[in-house]
Amino acid sequence: MNSLKNGFKYSRPESLKPSRHLYCAGCGHGIIHRLIAEVIDEFGVREKTIGIAPVGCAVFAYDYFNFDVTEAPHGRPPAVATGIKRVSPDKIVFTYQGDGDLAAIGTGEIIHAANRGENITVIFVNNANYGMTGGQMAPTTIIGQKTLTTPNGRNPHNEGYPIKVCELLSVLSGTKYLARTAVNKPAHVTQAKAAIRKAFQNQIENKGFSLVEILSMCPVDWQMTPHDACNWVENVLMKEFPLGVVKDIS
Amino acid sequence: MKKILLQGNIALCEGAIAAGCDAYFGYPITPQNEVSTHMSRRMPELKRVFLQAESELAAINMVLGVSATGKRAMTSSSSPGISLKQEGISYLAGCELPCVIANVTRGGPGLGNISGSQADYFQSTKGGGHGDYRLIVLAPSSPQEMYDFAYKAFALAEKYRNPVLILSDGYVGQMMEPIKISNFKSQISNIKKDWILDGCAGREPRKIRSLLMADGELEAHNWKLNKKYETIKKNEVKYETYNVEKADTVIVAFGISSRVCTTVLQLAKKDKKKIGMFRPITLWPFPEKELSAISKKVKRMVVVEMNLGQMVEDVRLAANGRIPVDFIGRPGGAIFTAEEIYEFIKKRI
Repeated sequence: MNSLKNGFKYSRPESLKPSRHLYCAGCGHGIIHRLIAEVIDEFGVREKTIGIAPVGCAVFAYDYFNFDVTEAPHGRPPAVATGIKRVSPDKIVFTYQGDGDLAAIGTGEIIHAANRGENITVIFVNNANYGMTGGQMAPTTIIGQKTLTTPNGRNPHNEGYPIKVCELLSVLSGTKYLARTAVNKPAHVTQAKAAIRKAFQNQIENKGFSLVEILSMCPVDWQMTPHDACNWVENVLMKEFPLGVVKDIS
Repeated sequence: MKKILLQGNIALCEGAIAAGCDAYFGYPITPQNEVSTHMSRRMPELKRVFLQAESELAAINMVLGVSATGKRAMTSSSSPGISLKQEGISYLAGCELPCVIANVTRGGPGLGNISGSQADYFQSTKGGGHGDYRLIVLAPSSPQEMYDFAYKAFALAEKYRNPVLILSDGYVGQMMEPIKISNFKSQISNIKKDWILDGCAGREPRKIRSLLMADGELEAHNWKLNKKYETIKKNEVKYETYNVEKADTVIVAFGISSRVCTTVLQLAKKDKKKIGMFRPITLWPFPEKELSAISKKVKRMVVVEMNLGQMVEDVRLAANGRIPVDFIGRPGGAIFTAEEIYEFIKKRI
């Protein structure tokens, strides 16, 4: 263990640019970016990594990550990743997608990339709403959750039920590793990093499709303080989306 | 040179392969299924990538991924499928990513039918997707041109970092003719690509994007694109003329319609009628200057299209009211006989 006494310095990973994040106070994206950057540094693959940014709050991911990043149309990162990885199998390719991107408009792309067993890593940030557009209902919005477009709370008779992506993908033979984590408290951040590490390691070892779902805070659109948002993840969101490794046959 | 008998759709594949196409992605739709069938065999033989995508959306975005790495990618489809690809095509144009898209058109609107048609002229040349952008659009009229234009399309795409659309149709796609195969090895010179994503070893990281939110950034990008489009207009207009010098009536037709009109020219010659033909090969950039010049010398133009009148608008703009520009069209996948076109023209001259 490093400690301050031994001269430990908490420094910026090389895979993160020294740019200022534009994320809201208390948002989980900054933590998740850092975890990915740390893992890429630890594997020493920064110079052969190609990231795919989504449409959503992380649309500017290329301004924060210090490696090659491309944009993709909303929901299409798994198809873009497929194209990149198929012609560049030596590169480390990952998508960074929100719940609207991956579980609504991009449902087709994620299911088929997973089913083909594409040797890619998917980082799926679930904050139960569309953050960038102001907090509309997402496919992962929980029953009763008030959003911009469910002013009386999500009603399953009208809007259906929250989609459990890891469980949904777990029945596909092409998926090798599916885990749900969170970044609302330090213990969970540590677990999230271990899962991200595993998901990249699988790709490096050519084991196939890995996805890490990360429950994340969106205090501004949830209309909570950052502290309350962390507690809401713990006490409410995690009841609907239990943490853990959903599938590991890697 | 040796000739081989090839179907238009297969010739398209072989032209792309000759150009060094690294990856092909497609989704089944008639009348272009021979393309994915052929590619599913040929590409793996050559240790290149073939993948049947789950949707047209996925196919065009797989193309986007390949193109972002600097490799050569192609997708093909037919009209309804090309409509689905428009989102990706707009992104490719905005991100300035080269690629080749082939539309072996069928009748529309909607699911339409599976006959050849020229009803996608507007979609191909006036946008299709959202935003201010242009595609280079090549219109082959024979299997030979399916081969040649597929090859040429990759060169143009890379030269200008722009998607190129091959606007074919079900007739040209399904037709079999002897074609000349020049060389199956890529002759395209390797342009230095200083924009590709191949890992940031020894250089600063790169990003590919069309989202430009800073003040004035998007306007500047659009002006930059416009400058490129103006260069393309200056350099890349292609067309063919037949007996235009001695004509007082000029037929304007592209693709399969121009094939039918070559018979009309023979009928007219027999009757000693002075009819010529102008065939745009690039539909964008459109040969507007050339048609404008012709409109100053002849008495009349007749535009022949397998639709309800699309290219005729561009011909009328070029003629700018100087002479009558008549139109004869057959929509819904119907094809003309040379006689019906000739009768139509005779009534007007």
